[in-house]
Amino acid sequence: MADVLPDGMERTVPGGAMLDVRNLSVQVNNRTIVDGVTFCVDENDFLMLIGPNGAGKSTLIKAIMRIYGYTGRVLLNGRDILSIKPKILASLVGVLAQEHQPLFPHTVYEVVSLGRYAHMRGLFGALSREDKAKIEEALAITGMDHMADQSVLTLSGGELQRVYLAQLLAQDPNLLILDEPANHLDIKYQITMFDIIKKWSKARGKAVMAVVHDLNTAFCYGTRALLMNEGKIYAQGEVPRVLTRENLQAVYSVDVAKWMADLMKHWN
Amino acid sequence: MWLYAEDSRLPSQSIKEGDRVPDTGRRQPKGIWSLWVYIPGIILFAAVLFTAVSLGSVPVSLSDTWNILLRYLFGKGDMTGIQSGTETIIAMVRMPRVLLAAMTGGALSLAGAVMQSLLKNPLADGSTLGVSSGGALGAVLSIVLGIRLGFSPELGLALSSIAFSFLSLVFILTLTYRIDRSLSTNTIILTGVIFSMLAGSITSLLIVLSGDSLKQVVFWSMGSFSGKGWNHVILMAPVFVFGSLAIIAFSKELNAFSLGEEQARYIGVDTKTVKIALLVLTSVLIGVSVSVSGTIGFVGLVIPHITRMVTGPDHRKLLPASLITGGIFMVLTDLLSRTLLSPEEFPVGVVTSFTGAVIFIVVFYRYNRLNRRV
Repeated sequence: MADVLPDGMERTVPGGAMLDVRNLSVQVNNRTIVDGVTFCVDENDFLMLIGPNGAGKSTLIKAIMRIYGYTGRVLLNGRDILSIKPKILASLVGVLAQEHQPLFPHTVYEVVSLGRYAHMRGLFGALSREDKAKIEEALAITGMDHMADQSVLTLSGGELQRVYLAQLLAQDPNLLILDEPANHLDIKYQITMFDIIKKWSKARGKAVMAVVHDLNTAFCYGTRALLMNEGKIYAQGEVPRVLTRENLQAVYSVDVAKWMADLMKHWN
Repeated sequence: MWLYAEDSRLPSQSIKEGDRVPDTGRRQPKGIWSLWVYIPGIILFAAVLFTAVSLGSVPVSLSDTWNILLRYLFGKGDMTGIQSGTETIIAMVRMPRVLLAAMTGGALSLAGAVMQSLLKNPLADGSTLGVSSGGALGAVLSIVLGIRLGFSPELGLALSSIAFSFLSLVFILTLTYRIDRSLSTNTIILTGVIFSMLAGSITSLLIVLSGDSLKQVVFWSMGSFSGKGWNHVILMAPVFVFGSLAIIAFSKELNAFSLGEEQARYIGVDTKTVKIALLVLTSVLIGVSVSVSGTIGFVGLVIPHITRMVTGPDHRKLLPASLITGGIFMVLTDLLSRTLLSPEEFPVGVVTSFTGAVIFIVVFYRYNRLNRRV
């Protein structure tokens, strides 16, 4: 990845983390949802954000993306994220949201091409050759190219999620943040979605931060994990060190490891 | 089918500028450049304007109308055999009236299209947001109090209406912000509806208390282009042209907003700034329309839906097309309102509400069926 970033941004901390979250807390309606969270995401990281419902995972993501106000600091390439203009932020960080409810009959191509917004020039957003190439590539990778002219209102939930994944790939940010990307997908889509993201990010040295509920997915694809509980970080580090029997039992109040092992017996 | 298996597509072969792009021969959103799409629309628009000028309680032949128009627009045109009364009717009464109807229709439709995408709500427009009602309150207040800004009563009315549209907007946004710091769609719509009721009740009270000016106020509050002249055109035209162009310049951002505000933020739109700019621009358009013609409902709600069926939801096409369809619709309804019971006239708002409600039911029915297929 280039060391010189758009808008003349340079790394103020040489070799510092891509995303550096320091003591971040979020309060919504006087309730503390995220409480003093500190962690880093680096190039080539695939960080899995794990924790029970209400642990503050999605809120953490929305705070990083400035949808919620927060206390603490979030640095992106050493620069305070609050000082980065929305367009430049979008060329550095992209988000795949949990759910999408389209209202208007945009075509798949139109939705994916909006991923290039941050890169567009000119008043009417004519697409450059590079834009078109990235869009075609994203459509091909996600297998949506044969549906490009179709209205998004006619798609199934799985197809729709792939459209937004294609939009994110076309946006081509350095850090991909995924908020339960495979939430409503069947198992085939889940696997292929993570395969695509893993392969794509690895080939380009991108970083990924994903909220997942499926612990097996975390093991398969994650390089590091961050276990959250009640707004705080319970453990973080390499996946096998974080997702230990003791940690999971403490956070979920269930003997997850035993349950998983029992489940696996069905497949032998 | 996932193409994931096709590994060659994937890693590190990032396509650089200048590489050959596979030409799939499809789905190129031509956007604003496919101007030919508008040509039939513009021709139809011109034809409607022309016909509307020649029709009325005093019928004028098309050729006479043509000559009078040529005379007034270019200083040419054969005026032999045309009575001066006819000339006055065409040039001083109908031309400004038709132009005003066209601009008002275009402005209200454009404002409606913007609101619907900005708030990602098919029921949004100036009236649901409360801006129209606020503007109307301002205008009625200026009629009842007899505010006259020096030489021109129209100017006082317009400024009062625009000012109140602005104030309503500020009030609604502040209140919404207090309730919900993220300025979410539902909160804005709810605040707008409640504010509309409040402003409407005060307006009704003023109408009842107004005494002498009662008839003027009632007629105006139902929406009408009756008795409007060139001074109104001169007042409205600059605001209309500037406002429309400025809004059309936000087409890309509106495309993003129509996917939802959070998504717009994720792909890099400066959502707060864009939202405030667009709300201000639409409130200016609505304010000036209300000051000229009173409250005309349904246009901003219905026309964008109909237009979207033809152009699709891409704002680079939708917004200019909404200007044209809105203009045509309003000129035709105004024509209806002054010819149907000729020489009597009834408020155009009655016609728009009637035709609009019928069309709305059809549109809404189809939209729901469309959404249910998901």
